[in-house]
Amino acid sequence: MAKFADSVADRAAASLLKRGRWRPAEILFWLVAFGAVYALPGHHLILNEIAIIGLFAVSLDLILGFAGIASLGHAAFFGVGAYAAGLLAIHVTADPVLGLVFATLLMAVVGYVSSFLVLRGADLTRLMVTLGVALVFGEIANKNGWLTGGADGLQGIFMAPVFGVFEFDLFGRTAFAYSLVVTFLLFVVARRIVASPFGLSLLAIRDNPLRARAIGIPVNARLSAIYAIAAAYAGAAGALLAQSAQFVSIDVLAFHRSADVLLMLVIGGTGYLYGGIVGAIVFKVLQEVISDWTPQYWTFWVGALLVVLVLVGRDRVGARVSQLWARLGRGTR
Amino acid sequence: MLTILFDGIAYGMVLFVLACGLSVTLGLMNFVNLAHGAFAMAGGYTTAILMNRYGWSFIATLPMAFFVPALVGLLLERTLYRRLYGASHLDQVLFSIGLVFMAVAATDYFMGSQPQLIQIPEWLRGRVDIFGVQVGLYRSFIIAVCGVLVIALQLVLTQTRFGSRLRAAVDDPRVARGLGIPVEFVFAVTFAVGSGIAGLGGALGAEILGLDPTFPFKFMIYFLIVVTVGGTSSLIGPFLAALLLGIADVGGKYFVPELGAFVIYTVMIVVLVFRPKGLFARG
Repeated sequence: MAKFADSVADRAAASLLKRGRWRPAEILFWLVAFGAVYALPGHHLILNEIAIIGLFAVSLDLILGFAGIASLGHAAFFGVGAYAAGLLAIHVTADPVLGLVFATLLMAVVGYVSSFLVLRGADLTRLMVTLGVALVFGEIANKNGWLTGGADGLQGIFMAPVFGVFEFDLFGRTAFAYSLVVTFLLFVVARRIVASPFGLSLLAIRDNPLRARAIGIPVNARLSAIYAIAAAYAGAAGALLAQSAQFVSIDVLAFHRSADVLLMLVIGGTGYLYGGIVGAIVFKVLQEVISDWTPQYWTFWVGALLVVLVLVGRDRVGARVSQLWARLGRGTR
Repeated sequence: MLTILFDGIAYGMVLFVLACGLSVTLGLMNFVNLAHGAFAMAGGYTTAILMNRYGWSFIATLPMAFFVPALVGLLLERTLYRRLYGASHLDQVLFSIGLVFMAVAATDYFMGSQPQLIQIPEWLRGRVDIFGVQVGLYRSFIIAVCGVLVIALQLVLTQTRFGSRLRAAVDDPRVARGLGIPVEFVFAVTFAVGSGIAGLGGALGAEILGLDPTFPFKFMIYFLIVVTVGGTSSLIGPFLAALLLGIADVGGKYFVPELGAFVIYTVMIVVLVFRPKGLFARG
């Protein structure tokens, strides 16, 4: 009996290790990303944005793709994280790394607390509650102009050089490198999380909460934990935005932020982490191309894209991407 | 004081007319249609265009403000919405947000982003003094029209053959189909009527709520609050919720403007957390 248990544990450990292994295509992806710091000098501002919203989309993927929590208000954590980093920079310290850590930890706490609101109820209730939480934060930021600058935005942020060495320049090179490094590190952690026993238990909850509870998974505690982690990630993304733009607009809490990030994730596909980043790249490039063409009305095409994606079946798009992904991984090994 | 109460009631009535179509699609047909406000906007713009460009009178445009969105709703239901009846809520949300994005951008493109003015007729302007209370004529008109609509809707749903067919189709589409109820037809008609009523609400409420291309986003949350707080088991719940919301919003803006919409959102979250099925749900 003990031997049997051992072999099950071995098999589980082996399968976890396999899930966690780095594929060559992934390594290539990050090499290309870091190469862009040197190779694409004229595009660092947009690349910086991509890195930030990519991280934001990864954070949504953690709850939507892995734990099955649909959110219409994920911008709440992004926005409050941005304000937290901005306010810390103005009033306490201009050190970017400290600001980032502060915003991230703060959002983990806020996410943990608000997770108890979100855990109750089914899909629809969750959508509404997350939306409501984001609206409440937006309204607080809007009405407390003495703290947040209200509709004018939070101005006068000055950032010290990263680690006292790398100064933020006008062309966004330092900002991009900084955002990319943070995104990469957090991505590695997220990868580790979803390939851990904890991550597997989330998948079980996503697929069948009732059965997950029956086999002894503490469903609510797990969901709270991942919600807090995702909130922390979103806060980190918001902090990166505040620090690299040196400005926080009230727009960070707007509904369209939450809708956009959902769209990115849907474009890229949920449940494999790279979906968020791929979606962010596609979204940003589309945005550039279409708004060059019709600056004011590009949301029309975003809407059309959403409608088509849903009608075609986003699962199918996602499945095709992940098939391709698996093939790439196998082919190059 | 009583004038504020009265304005709040009128506001709540408009909200109910706007939202009751949604309470049917969301509550009865279980479809999360965030694009509901787009139909209301279509109604408002129909009235604005007919009055400002073709010189129709306000009253004459109201039936058109019903029929145009109803027709658009019917077309969309037949071509797009019906494919998503069985889909997950997330898919429905994504789909309808996409529609809203398209509607907002398209309206902006064709009509411009400035707010539309709707001139209410001479005989509806002004205020009269009833028992010492200042009462706006237009607001009384709205309350009257909406009151009639509420009663008519409730009667249709509970007393007519169509109403019982709809309830049967919603409760169990398979059995309803087996009994020979044309479920698809019932859903399509219901959706169209819901959209039409929203359009009528958009036209009636344009003077109170304002009308510009961002209308669907601005009021989406209000509709959702009405429906989720009111619960979906009957029309009475959303009706009471809309009245409460209207009075609270008008009163809140008048007495504590610095709080803004904060109270409403908080109340919605609290209600949803403690009564996920709505404030007036049975059981």
